[in-house]
Amino acid sequence: IIRLLFSKTYKLQERSDLTPKEKEELIEEWQPEPLVPPVPKDHPALNYNVVSGPPTHIIIVNGKECINFASFNFLGLLDNEKVKSAAQASLKKYGVGTCGPRGFYGTFDVHLELEERLAKFMRTEEAIIYSYGFATIASAIPAYSKRGDIVFVDEAACFAIQKGLQASRSNIKLFKHNDMADLERLLKEQETEDQKNPRKARVTRRFIVVEGLYMNTGDVCPLPELIKLKYKYKVRIFLEESLSFGVLGEHGRGITEHFGINIDDIDLISANMENSLASIGGFCCGRSFIIDHQRLSGQGYCFSASLPPLLAAAAIEALNIMEDNPDIFQTLRAKCERIHELLQGISGLKVVGESFSPALHLQLEESCGSRENDVKLLKRVVDYCMNSGIALTQARYLEKEEKCLPPPSIRVVVTVEQTEQELDKAASLLKEAAQSVLN
Amino acid sequence: TNSTIRVSVCKNGISNGTLYKKTFIEHFEQAPMYVAVLTFLGFGVGTIFGYLRDFMRAWGLEKRNVATEREQQKDFVPLYQDFENFYTRNLYMRIRDNWNRPICSVPGPQFDLMERVTDDYNWTFRFTGRTIKNVINMGSYNYLGFAETDVNALKTVTIELQKYGTGICSTRQEMGTLDKHVELEELVARFLGVEDAMVFGMGFATNSMNIPALVGKGCLILSDELNHTSLVLGARLSGATIRIFKHNNMQSLEKLLRDAIIYGQPRSHRAWRKIIILVEGIYSMEGSIVHLPEIVSLKKKYKAYLYLDEAHSIGAVGATGRGVVEYFGMSPDDVDVLMGTFTKSFGAAGGYIAGKKDLVDFLRTHSHSAVYATSMCPPVAEQIIRAMKCLMGQDGTTQGLQRVRQLGKNTRYFRRRLHEMGFIIYGNDDSPVVPLLLYMPGKIGAFARRMLEKNIGVVVVGFPATPITESRARFCVSAAHTREMLDTVSTADVLLKLTSDAKEVGRSCVSVTLNLSNSSLHLFF
Repeated sequence: IIRLLFSKTYKLQERSDLTPKEKEELIEEWQPEPLVPPVPKDHPALNYNVVSGPPTHIIIVNGKECINFASFNFLGLLDNEKVKSAAQASLKKYGVGTCGPRGFYGTFDVHLELEERLAKFMRTEEAIIYSYGFATIASAIPAYSKRGDIVFVDEAACFAIQKGLQASRSNIKLFKHNDMADLERLLKEQETEDQKNPRKARVTRRFIVVEGLYMNTGDVCPLPELIKLKYKYKVRIFLEESLSFGVLGEHGRGITEHFGINIDDIDLISANMENSLASIGGFCCGRSFIIDHQRLSGQGYCFSASLPPLLAAAAIEALNIMEDNPDIFQTLRAKCERIHELLQGISGLKVVGESFSPALHLQLEESCGSRENDVKLLKRVVDYCMNSGIALTQARYLEKEEKCLPPPSIRVVVTVEQTEQELDKAASLLKEAAQSVLN
Repeated sequence: TNSTIRVSVCKNGISNGTLYKKTFIEHFEQAPMYVAVLTFLGFGVGTIFGYLRDFMRAWGLEKRNVATEREQQKDFVPLYQDFENFYTRNLYMRIRDNWNRPICSVPGPQFDLMERVTDDYNWTFRFTGRTIKNVINMGSYNYLGFAETDVNALKTVTIELQKYGTGICSTRQEMGTLDKHVELEELVARFLGVEDAMVFGMGFATNSMNIPALVGKGCLILSDELNHTSLVLGARLSGATIRIFKHNNMQSLEKLLRDAIIYGQPRSHRAWRKIIILVEGIYSMEGSIVHLPEIVSLKKKYKAYLYLDEAHSIGAVGATGRGVVEYFGMSPDDVDVLMGTFTKSFGAAGGYIAGKKDLVDFLRTHSHSAVYATSMCPPVAEQIIRAMKCLMGQDGTTQGLQRVRQLGKNTRYFRRRLHEMGFIIYGNDDSPVVPLLLYMPGKIGAFARRMLEKNIGVVVVGFPATPITESRARFCVSAAHTREMLDTVSTADVLLKLTSDAKEVGRSCVSVTLNLSNSSLHLFF
């Protein structure tokens, strides 16, 4: 025993046993990767389309005049004179920028007015405005859902939702697209977990995040079933209505009006104003209990400059137009159904999306093996159409970052301004292009 | 006063000769000990009263003003924990009228505030319909005074707005790249003296969407302690390992760099793929300028990459407004990624990233914002173009240069005056962001309200944006401020006698207690 007490103990070899000379050598030898990997010159995204002039109904892309089937200008408000004059008036009064975040003299009376108008239009208690559409949902989700909370999200959710979820550090559970049975299975599993640990279950918040009209697949979420699941399993619903705001429903109020659901049943509706309202920015609306929290903890709201007042004034005027002419929604729906019918039966391409969705995808019926080749084929179809006067674009994704990458497709966007002849022309051109390229 | 002054005067850099071409003085005075004690005391009193009020609310002795959950959802898991909102409910609510003040005119050197009153101690506000006119604006980030409504100045913006409208409705890679964007990017690249640049629609989003594109797992990010939320969010979203070094402390940064290269990744000891240093040009809460020459020499020695966020410094420092790179007389090639925003000095909105052509090409293809977020709207792009042309002198006048020089003069004058009066000011002598330390929680509300009575609008910040003992009022000097306005502001400060005077400290401590217990007293009497 005495021998053990007095014998030398073995210290764990510490790495700081390196001599200074060895450290200098390590520092000399280390070579970092280059800051950015080299990008091949013919990467499809490098040679993008440059639009000269405004991206309205007739668009000049790369010098050619085409009919615009690629910008999300659903209600045709990009070109509207009333909207432009409202923006001009605001420019004269307020200048361009706001020079500050909302908390530090960046709140203008137009912002407050826009928030009130949006809340009244959507028939909720309160609304909050963000200055960028992407940042809206990406700041709203982390404001409520923190580490340890559980979020059930659809597979086809858009990238902004994915980034919001990543920033929130919650447990994410993906369910198959629009598959309520899968969602119910996940909820049941969660319930059994809860019974094992009731104390923890009492403080973990649960959310379901879905989109009204999915950008990646063009279909709607089954909202009535979701509401039933909400009350059965006690989860809150966050609805992202970027594409369905101003499109679905009798008065354009979105998917809640489309299905006839009480808006108070949805905890938070988030949308961006960049599609139907032809402005920039986004908003969230809901009950004051929920929205007020974002005024202090929404990162894109507190730490970023507010929306330029001319864009807010343009959005207010666009809302006025939407309220005064509720029949444009019917017109838009009729056009969507027409093009959906016309595009059926193109050999080699299949239409993905509901018949009343204004943003459709055209995917290859049979893939030719690799994604790159598919993309090249579709590019040839798009080029053929562009050369003949119809501006189309491929749907772009970040291949390595998406959780569930959709297959390559051509995006077809329907707007109120397109006439029936133009719709027919587009459909026949696409048929021709598919014939010549794919056969 | 017997305060210890810690002044860092850097004339010589590391090893080879003078890295700094002119004197670089930054002040970070420490307040006397009794100030810190009284500050903690003030917060302590506030917390005790907070618990008292919560107790009374829970027992129904006091009205609940907070919005509550729906009846049908009462048995759901509560959305907010009570404790998370303690600070908001009890301390922030009392002085809430100093933030989110709505204005109804252009945010120039003077603006008009909408008058708001509250009937129930800041739980709700009501607009009286009157406006307070010509309030001196010391809060908006209008450094070069481009927030203006002069018809001649905005002529091109009006034309572009009529031509293009306000929206884009598409992303950069799909159908959203307009000729205006191409023009703007070329101009930005020429302004900064780099190969290429790319512009984005929102400054916050520029950071949070491009840092994840540049670094990923297996990379190391070394970020300054006081970096802005957008940089922190971008770093977290990227998935890389983040290590923090003390604010502007080059020894701390060097130690981190050495340890990183020698020991590699935490558990596997593989070499790091890349090391990137995130710093800002001017820090908005401190007013300090980054020690760029030292960082560049460190980066060259250890082969790291530098990401410089010039949100506040582009246009505001430097002889011709080119930012901190010009301020230190360095070449833009030394910095790998130059990032900045157009919200502050150019009176518009949006951000940019500039650097070598490879970098910008990579961002055009791989940035999250290029693929999923809309591009900048054309009238805003035109405003930036005209402001930049003015700064570069391309519109035929020397107005741009005059603005930059006026800003420099105003900054130095204002800082000197406040310093002479004995206030504790943080930051570099050349930075137009001037934080004035207040310390006590009671003073935050009192200062902002009394300045408003004198027709001056200031910004006050407390915890959690700043450390708990260092609440401050932050002035933003603008090139459009005249000398009279600056004099008015500094004399108003003196009249309020917020120097570290023992009598005033005692009085303000009592006023804290009275202010915080105000509504409780009114319950009992």
